[in-house]
Amino acid sequence: MAKAKAETKAEGKVDAKIEAKAKVEAKPEPKAEAKGEAKVETIAKVDPVAKAYAPAHRVGMEVSIAVSHAVQLSRAEAIAAYPITPQTHIVEHLSSMVANGDLDAEFINVESEHSAMSACIGMSASGARTYTATSSQGLALMHEILFIASAMRFPIVMTVANRALSGPLSIWNDHGDIMAARDIGWIQIFVENGQEAFDHSVMAFKIAENPKVLLPTIINMDGFILSHVVEALEMVGQKTVDNFLPAYVPRHQLDTKNPVTMGAFAMPEIYTEVKMKHQVTLTNAYEHIMAVWDEWAGLTGRRYQPVERYRTEDAKVLLLTMGCLSEVAKIAVDEMREAGVPVGLLKLRMWRPFPFQDLREAVGDAELLVVCDRALSLGGPGGPVMSEVRSALYAAAQRPQILGYIIGLGGRDVAPEAFREIVDQAQKEVAQGPSQEFHLYGVRG
Amino acid sequence: MKPLEETTWQEIELGGLLREPGSARAYRTGDWRSQHPVWTKSRCIRCGVCWTVCPEPAIVEEPGGYFDMDPDYCKGCGTCARECVTGCISMMPEEE
Repeated sequence: MAKAKAETKAEGKVDAKIEAKAKVEAKPEPKAEAKGEAKVETIAKVDPVAKAYAPAHRVGMEVSIAVSHAVQLSRAEAIAAYPITPQTHIVEHLSSMVANGDLDAEFINVESEHSAMSACIGMSASGARTYTATSSQGLALMHEILFIASAMRFPIVMTVANRALSGPLSIWNDHGDIMAARDIGWIQIFVENGQEAFDHSVMAFKIAENPKVLLPTIINMDGFILSHVVEALEMVGQKTVDNFLPAYVPRHQLDTKNPVTMGAFAMPEIYTEVKMKHQVTLTNAYEHIMAVWDEWAGLTGRRYQPVERYRTEDAKVLLLTMGCLSEVAKIAVDEMREAGVPVGLLKLRMWRPFPFQDLREAVGDAELLVVCDRALSLGGPGGPVMSEVRSALYAAAQRPQILGYIIGLGGRDVAPEAFREIVDQAQKEVAQGPSQEFHLYGVRG
Repeated sequence: MKPLEETTWQEIELGGLLREPGSARAYRTGDWRSQHPVWTKSRCIRCGVCWTVCPEPAIVEEPGGYFDMDPDYCKGCGTCARECVTGCISMMPEEE
């Protein structure tokens, strides 16, 4: 306890230093140059309202380590995890933080991910702020417990370092793992870079623990491409996080003085009502997520949106991506714009709850929408994101042609040229009339 | 506790938790029954084997030491009739 106090004091000092530095460096918000202004719409938009942001320091850091620091700053109290590539660095670092006394938390080394999620449920039920991380086969092994965590409304935060599922065995990145866990009833967010991974890891606790939400939350970040890459990012201090994120106050917990039954059997007469409650809670979580993102924008100047737009003004063709591929797609969009192709990019950040209204607005008057999935629904409509997007726009009076391209499976590299080729191909296909349900881009043979 | 079939989704407790113990008692599993045990008292030796083996337990001891089923919870499995030492229990079909 004494040590913890001493640390808090030390952290306070660091914070004070940062604050002092920030004072010196505080400058009026730089205005985007006229040239660049058109490009930046809502992605990482500098907040015009906030005058001074919370003190922050810029670091170069592996994204996994940045996530573990975010969890440390969030003062997670309970962690249960099993190491799996490419999530390993996150939990390794958390484990050493706990062992070294830098994080006052219970770290349970478990024998599998099934046990990891089970232990997380138990720890969350005891009222502790609970965190875990996994990937691919680990997420698959957790599968049955994931539904239970959300149905029992435990605000566990989990990072998924997205990776392809076996078989064949692949340790590389795609979104097959999380798409197989699409319907688990958790809040699910996708991040594009290290900064977003850090920001969303802190925000996830505040969203999940909101008494009106109380749902577990997954932050998806691409395995290796994000998890193992050193990026420059801004970290906020402990004081800032403490003010932003108060201690978790459980609304339901294991308590011998006030015993309850958790996880009871439900008869056919009541199961539908329980599911409806979960459905409404997850859908309504939208406004609380937005409130937390707004608050963070006020603190850091980084404003996040459920569907983010990049050069969509007057775009006839829109690409839609998730995760880190969006950065590659932006390069392609810039190049195509220079060549006179009216193309823009939509980036889907919020996957659950699905942002129907934001998507409809963002699509606007586009004539062609090309959804780039990083997962394949075998024997189905192609990409899970494409089929949901198509479904979300079905009722719109005016909707674009929607084509699905599946890219980057099992770690296959996606270069900017890929997006240029996809747009070319899609435009030709629309001119001729769509021929296929979807395309597996770049497949040989 | 409000009957399940009258409970709306808005009334579901956080995470489906139950604040009162013994909720399973409200569910009358006797509805499942297609047959029920009948004791022939003249052959019953009041040994209590039926009471012991009933998995529910839905056999009650009556004054005088004889046994009968609890109609709310007896599912009509027939274990008692099979295990009865003297063969005094027979399973009779439920009336339509």
